[in-house]
Amino acid sequence: MILLDRVTKVYNRKSTALDRISLHVEPKEFVIVVGQSGAGKTSLLRLLTREEKPTSGKIVIGGVDYDKLKDRDIPLLRRKIGVVFQDFKLLPNKNVFENVAFALEIVGMGNREIRHTVPRVLDIVNLKGKENSMPNELSGGERQRVAIARAIVRQPKILIADEPTGNLDPKNAWDVIRVLEKINRYGTTVLLTTHNQDIVNKLKRRVIVIEGGRVASDRANSEYHL
Amino acid sequence: MKRLNTFRRILRTGMLNFVRNAWLAVAAIAIMTVTLTIILFSIVANATFANTIQQINDKINISVYLNDNVTDKQRTELTNQLKKLPNVRGVTYVSKQDALAKYRTDNANKQSLLQAISETGNPLPASLSIDPVDPTKIDVIKKFLDKPENKALQDPQAGTSYSGERKVAIDNISHATDILQQVGIVAVAIFAVISVLIIFNTIQMAIFNRRDELTIMRLLGATTWFIRGPFVVESVMHGVIAAVVSVALIRGVFVTASSALQASSLGLLDIGYSSQYFNDKFWKLLAMQLLIGIVIGAISSYIATRRYLKFKTSK
Repeated sequence: MILLDRVTKVYNRKSTALDRISLHVEPKEFVIVVGQSGAGKTSLLRLLTREEKPTSGKIVIGGVDYDKLKDRDIPLLRRKIGVVFQDFKLLPNKNVFENVAFALEIVGMGNREIRHTVPRVLDIVNLKGKENSMPNELSGGERQRVAIARAIVRQPKILIADEPTGNLDPKNAWDVIRVLEKINRYGTTVLLTTHNQDIVNKLKRRVIVIEGGRVASDRANSEYHL
Repeated sequence: MKRLNTFRRILRTGMLNFVRNAWLAVAAIAIMTVTLTIILFSIVANATFANTIQQINDKINISVYLNDNVTDKQRTELTNQLKKLPNVRGVTYVSKQDALAKYRTDNANKQSLLQAISETGNPLPASLSIDPVDPTKIDVIKKFLDKPENKALQDPQAGTSYSGERKVAIDNISHATDILQQVGIVAVAIFAVISVLIIFNTIQMAIFNRRDELTIMRLLGATTWFIRGPFVVESVMHGVIAAVVSVALIRGVFVTASSALQASSLGLLDIGYSSQYFNDKFWKLLAMQLLIGIVIGAISSYIATRRYLKFKTSK
């Protein structure tokens, strides 16, 4: 599902963000990427969403070879990958329903189908009844679940969550993680980055540790200690 | 179906933004109105001057007076040769009898002249009246008539009439029109550039205000046109409004001017004709203004959004 082969990203001569990273993630896997700030986690995710190009190396996601991807096909790629950000990135002047619906409007779905689809997804993330709330009326955890709903509403094969719990208290953080697990059970590959040890250690999933732009360890059912 | 949904959404978002950014819209519409009004005024003024010149041109002709002993055959040949010259639109033959009849009507109230002419038989020469296409370029005709074999057919006393005074008037008007055209083109160019820049700026400000939103749209996989479309719709709407306002303004000017001045002329400009031209071509002019407004709006918003919508492709 996700394949990285000796991927290197150099921003300038002095700093190498990623140094020959090779990874392989199977479909329906739940993978946690950990590492300290500046280790290269975010750089890695930005390469996957094609916000940046690698300096060298090969990336293939869902059968799409990034070397052969044309700029005008980037939107089509991003529609296949759901992304959740630490800072939510919700549209502040749209309510919950509209924020989720927006992802469907982008792909040209009809209004009737949108009205049918959005409530079901809001149900998955336990936000039923919040359709008309504005983002600033919601708690951090609720906002993040709106963002997750938006990311999964197009039923992507892959969900990338970049420190989705970074701004949340433990209870809200766990709410978000439970939703991610649920989505994974439905068959979506989940790639989660975090530096919350508690979460990593309780989830008992595959953990990839990145240090200094390299893969320091990659173990199944793993724990992580700073 | 998907494309239709997207198209409808782009239109709807564009219109919503237009309403939301009402104050930005005022600036964009105002400057576009100025540009379009200048363009429209130039066009109407230009047509009016062209008409004035044409009217005077139509009255201008070259009269060649013929010897009394020129035969019909010689005359026909001369006529045919003249018709072959490049700047000749038509040649009319005025016989001695025609000339006399015209002289009589022209001087109907001058009994002494009429009496004098009837006593002497018919002293008036027959003539060929040549209508030139462009009265300012009659040198070819003149050269042809001055050839000895053609000169021999002409009445040596009468000479050739080139309507000299009118030619000066025409030259003056043509000159004024040329200057006006040049000034008009420069003014239109300057204002077109200014309005493109201002609209450009307006849109960039709107984009800057919404840059986070655009980033999110991009990350969610919105295509370039899904993001750009509403901006283009918005500035096309500015263009449409400006076009309508400019047409209304010019119409107001001509209606007021022609009623105030009783369809007289304003300087060199024949307001009566301008107003008539404007009314006759109203729909065409409106369509043209709309087209220019739409094109200016579309181009400037296209360029303004281009920079923000590029994908980062650095390695």
